[in-house]
Amino acid sequence: MKLLLKYLKPFTLTILICIAFLFVQAISELQLPNFMSDMVNNGIQTGGIEEGAPDAISEEGMNLIQLLMDKDSQSIINDSYTLIEAGSSKADQYKSDYPAVKDKNIYVLTETDQDKLAQTDKAYTQATYALTLSLEDMAGEINAAQGNTNSNKNANLSDVDTSKIYEMLPYLTQLQQAGKLDKYISLAAEDDSMAAGQVSTTFTRIFYKELGVNLEQIQNHYIIIKGLQMLGLALLSVVASIVVGWFATKVATTASKNLRKDVFKKVMSFSNAEYDKFSQASLITRSTNDIQQIQVLILMGIRMICYAPIIGIGGIVMALRTTVSISWTIAVAVAALLILMIAILSIAMPKFKMLQTLIDKVNLVSRENLAGMMVIRTFGNEQFEEKRFEKANDHLRKTNRFIQRTMSFLMPAMMLIMNLVSLLIVWVGGKAIADSTLEIGDMMAFIQYAMQIIIAFLMISVIFILVPRALVSAKRVQEVLDTELIVTDSHEVQHLSNPKGKIEFDHVSFRYPDAEESILENISFVAKPGETTAFIGSTGSGKSTLINLIPRFYDVTGGRITFDGIDIRNLPQKELRDHIGYVPQKGFLFSGDIASNIQYGNSEATEEEIWKAIEVAQGKDFVEEFEEGIHTAISQGGTNVSGGQRQRLSIARALIKKPPVYIFDDSFSALDLKTDAALRKALDQYTHDSTVLIVAQRVSTIINADQIIVLDKGKIVGKGTHKELLESCEEYREIAESQLSREELA
Amino acid sequence: MSEGKQPRRHPGSPMGRMQVEKAKDLKGSLKKLASYLNPFKWYLFLVAILAIAGSVFSIVGPKILAKATDELAEGIKNMMLGADSGINFNYIGKIILLLIGLYVLSAAFMYIQGYFMSNVATSVSYNLRNSIMQKMNRLPFSYFQKNSQGDVLSRITNDVDLLEQSLSQSITQFLTSVASIVGVFIMMLTISWKLTLIALGMIPVSMILIIGVVKLSQKHFNNQQKYLGRVNGHVEEMYGGHVVIKAFNGENQAVQDFEKENEKLALNARKAEFLSGLMMPVMGFVGNLGYVVVCIVGASMASNGKITIGDIQAFIQYVRNFTQPITQLSNISNQFQRMVAAAERIFEFLNEEEEKDENVKYRVKDLPIQGNIRFEHVKFGYHPDQVVIKDFTAEIKAGQKVAIVGPTGAGKTTMVKLLMRFYDIKEGAIYIDNYNINNFSRQDLRTLFGMVLQDTWLYNGTILDNIRYGKIDATDEEVMEAAKMAQVDHFVKTLPNSYHMELNEETSNISQGQKQLLTIARAILSDPKILILDEATSSVDTRTEVLIQKAMDKLMEGRTSFIIAHRLSTIKNADLILCMKDGDIVEQGTHEELLAKGGFYANLYNSQFDKVS
Repeated sequence: MKLLLKYLKPFTLTILICIAFLFVQAISELQLPNFMSDMVNNGIQTGGIEEGAPDAISEEGMNLIQLLMDKDSQSIINDSYTLIEAGSSKADQYKSDYPAVKDKNIYVLTETDQDKLAQTDKAYTQATYALTLSLEDMAGEINAAQGNTNSNKNANLSDVDTSKIYEMLPYLTQLQQAGKLDKYISLAAEDDSMAAGQVSTTFTRIFYKELGVNLEQIQNHYIIIKGLQMLGLALLSVVASIVVGWFATKVATTASKNLRKDVFKKVMSFSNAEYDKFSQASLITRSTNDIQQIQVLILMGIRMICYAPIIGIGGIVMALRTTVSISWTIAVAVAALLILMIAILSIAMPKFKMLQTLIDKVNLVSRENLAGMMVIRTFGNEQFEEKRFEKANDHLRKTNRFIQRTMSFLMPAMMLIMNLVSLLIVWVGGKAIADSTLEIGDMMAFIQYAMQIIIAFLMISVIFILVPRALVSAKRVQEVLDTELIVTDSHEVQHLSNPKGKIEFDHVSFRYPDAEESILENISFVAKPGETTAFIGSTGSGKSTLINLIPRFYDVTGGRITFDGIDIRNLPQKELRDHIGYVPQKGFLFSGDIASNIQYGNSEATEEEIWKAIEVAQGKDFVEEFEEGIHTAISQGGTNVSGGQRQRLSIARALIKKPPVYIFDDSFSALDLKTDAALRKALDQYTHDSTVLIVAQRVSTIINADQIIVLDKGKIVGKGTHKELLESCEEYREIAESQLSREELA
Repeated sequence: MSEGKQPRRHPGSPMGRMQVEKAKDLKGSLKKLASYLNPFKWYLFLVAILAIAGSVFSIVGPKILAKATDELAEGIKNMMLGADSGINFNYIGKIILLLIGLYVLSAAFMYIQGYFMSNVATSVSYNLRNSIMQKMNRLPFSYFQKNSQGDVLSRITNDVDLLEQSLSQSITQFLTSVASIVGVFIMMLTISWKLTLIALGMIPVSMILIIGVVKLSQKHFNNQQKYLGRVNGHVEEMYGGHVVIKAFNGENQAVQDFEKENEKLALNARKAEFLSGLMMPVMGFVGNLGYVVVCIVGASMASNGKITIGDIQAFIQYVRNFTQPITQLSNISNQFQRMVAAAERIFEFLNEEEEKDENVKYRVKDLPIQGNIRFEHVKFGYHPDQVVIKDFTAEIKAGQKVAIVGPTGAGKTTMVKLLMRFYDIKEGAIYIDNYNINNFSRQDLRTLFGMVLQDTWLYNGTILDNIRYGKIDATDEEVMEAAKMAQVDHFVKTLPNSYHMELNEETSNISQGQKQLLTIARAILSDPKILILDEATSSVDTRTEVLIQKAMDKLMEGRTSFIIAHRLSTIKNADLILCMKDGDIVEQGTHEELLAKGGFYANLYNSQFDKVS
């Protein structure tokens, strides 16, 4: 996590931009149901007429509603409306909207102040509601008087002709003067249900109709405007999310690029000790796959981890704004989802972790079978292997099946919860609608908010699966970056002015990090320029380790190694290695061609020098056989040349450096005896002034060395020439006897 | 082994996932896949029915829910107008109960379907893996010379994995998507054909957008894969050669090269990720577009009373459900392509020609075989146009020792491979006690042989298991007896858990020499008539080497032995020396004969030890 933050820090601003646009995206997404709600509530149910005061009303209408207002409301209304007299010059400009202005005086809404408009709306709404209440009562009285019990109680107000209502004007005026309408006014003022709003739109429709307004046009206009607004929002949302995508990919790819670079650099600075610690395969995965995982995490992280809470919380806020009374349904949904997710994850997770081990096991057996094909067939154990494989395979199958079964529960269960929640909302919402505390459109919007919240949770559940994996990767990468280098350049560096190449081991001991025992103990010897010093001993005797201490692939843990008298730990690594020609145990070549590989030792080497080095390394014959000579391409790992050829080329690479010190780490064992012999002969001449250090397996390789050091279990057990050692050193004699015939020993 | 041929660079690297590989023989591969699915056909039938039923049930939902919404709307209107009938909650309750039933059933169906499908998918992949494994043991050696190990491994893991995932997902998704599309289409029609036409109009729009986005991003995705491959290759190479890099101070150059590739990778990754990331928002926009248009048209229709509010609500849900399966289908088609490509690779492997045993006339156990071997005018080449062994004739008596010598890469193991019929000779014949080896079955023939190679192959099991490998039905006593003869008993007893010590996965918890000794014990246990030995012990410590030498001598007693010889004493004592060069046997005879001849062998011998003498 720390690692992620560190690499994301340079992108703080970009990420903030992303989050800002995520907000834009979330808000647009969340607004859509709101608009749909308007569409249903106003566009469809009330024919595109919004609640509140109408834009115009006839004089008679005005008189009518004023009857059902208290004094305050009347003055508000009077302030807000302006009278337009029929046939007046002003009337002309309203002719198209309100055709009735020709022969009727009308009032038009001219107030622009928002607060006052709100008051006007309220006054109008209450008045129409009071009017309805009074009309209902009157209708009841009339019916009762007429004994008409079967009357049309569902009188459809929208069909009512205004003229019929105006007929009642004088009667209502009387009632008003008698104060009999007051109870309706106060009743309407007390009722805060949504019924009033809906009644007001009904009356507005009636009044508009009276004025000859084209109602259908109003509705269509309303629907199209809302639709365009919705479309605009949708567009805004998609643009925002594309912008997020643009910046998020930038952050993710750049951060992972930087990370990859830093890891690579770090690994390049590792010494063998660190390589051993991690293993090469693991380092490769850490530099490639693991970083790729992190890139995915960052990308998804910005797009989902940041988005989910925004949309989730936004959804909750919007839902609460719509209505509080049924919000508990969302809490129920979220709780159910959480329980489901935790349950399934806790069942599947342990198996998930097991899965990788089982896959590894199947891989292992297949790998073993491929590698050991010859042995398996020789012993006729094919069936045995197949059974072994089946066993591993069966484990894998069972675990996989369990996981798949568990996961196949997840989706249907989530869908079920989503569906049940929307049913719950319809039921609870229905009750609320019946109580007039909720409108249908709002309920529909609420369902959509609920879905958005649930989807946010689904996203979070995906994150739960993604994040742990990526965090494991991040941790692995972090380990690489945090590794403290064991071999570092000293603060007080010394330099070699005219290197001769005298190497001296002074009571050197070495212990691998975390090892219990030293692999080298108390090693002292001097390797002089112009001489060959050879090391022989059983595996594990420490001869390769010893020789790898000289180029500081490891640093000694006791005593010191000097190069021309200077402790090599005081020499910069680069300078030290510049004076050493090193040939590793396994011939390693880079992709490129033969020339580029040899020039790796000395980039300024001429073609002539290259050929010379190849010749000394006994590679001339085979290189000449290649059609393209030293320009023959070498594939990665040098797989297109044989092991012996690879080894000879890597010897040539060291030779071309012409350094004062040569190290051959068991470099001859891949060569046949004949080539080995020829090579040694040629080397003797080529390296005559240099210090040569050779690790060997074969006695024949070192038989002529000036000094042979026999190692056993990390200690020097013999030092001298072949002849001397045959007499003085039992271990050496044993080795020699096992390799050479009696005549040769004599 | 695989000279000249370049193995696939990154077989089955996990980054391969985004690349859509096209199958070469779609029909053929599907047919074969079908044969693996055949045992599960009833399962699959059930899965299909359940998937379709499950999605149909959930599709009907919104339409029924619409009735409840309509009832609410109607009730409100009535209430507003002062009627006392209000909302009929009894009716709504019934609808909701019905829906709960439907949804629960639908979820149950989907779960059962997934449950069965996971059975099918895991079983099919289990069978496929076993088939690949069996195949591996029946393929001729030459196959593995032409194809890299990684390639085979990748088939057994990555390809089968991919197939398994695709099977469990794409079949179900395909069924449910198609069922959804058809179901939703029908439901939309029942609501309003006009609105349905509008919704259908969205399909070409979304198709064009999907194809556009895919086309744009595909190119960059391929580039991303390419550069990812390069960066990974560079990392692999540089880490592999780190010792050399350090020794030659090549770190800076390596980092510079890396940065170049890394830069290119980041650029392409950015383009690819961005473009492919467009898919979601664009599809979301198409969805919203449909939503808005339906709202507009639906609202104006509702105002005319042609459609109810509940129907609009239902229709909106259907529109949303309509675009989703279409997107899903386009994903499935990609996944399907990949699945078929994986299946194709698997079946391609399974279809490789196996080693066939024809003309089997003898069985080893019916014959009193001594171990006499006769090569008669043997001619052989790894490639038809390249004959390496031109005309080889030799006779070896039972119990004799044959030393094979020659420079590295001279093809010393070729003879052995021919003898054991890892390869078949082109012309001539090889006889064991006058029985032509071609008249044995391969597996039977090989029971005559025992083998100790330089490349000590052991497996992740106990030491006991590993020695027992020479004779699977050997008792513990027999195993330990062999161990004693091979000089391993002593060192095994010093190990934790002794014979029951588990070798780790890399078999690196015992030393190279100890491993070699174990393989000798294994060979002793198998008690072969003929032995193949590789003397090269370059990575073994000298003391162990003495032990190995003793054990090998013991092993060779009374057996015909072929020794890939490095030790002069062995060569000199051999009854026959075969001198190999460039795959061909250039000289044969005893040490003295060959020295006297003054040819290749004499030269080889003298050059190695010239300084001694």
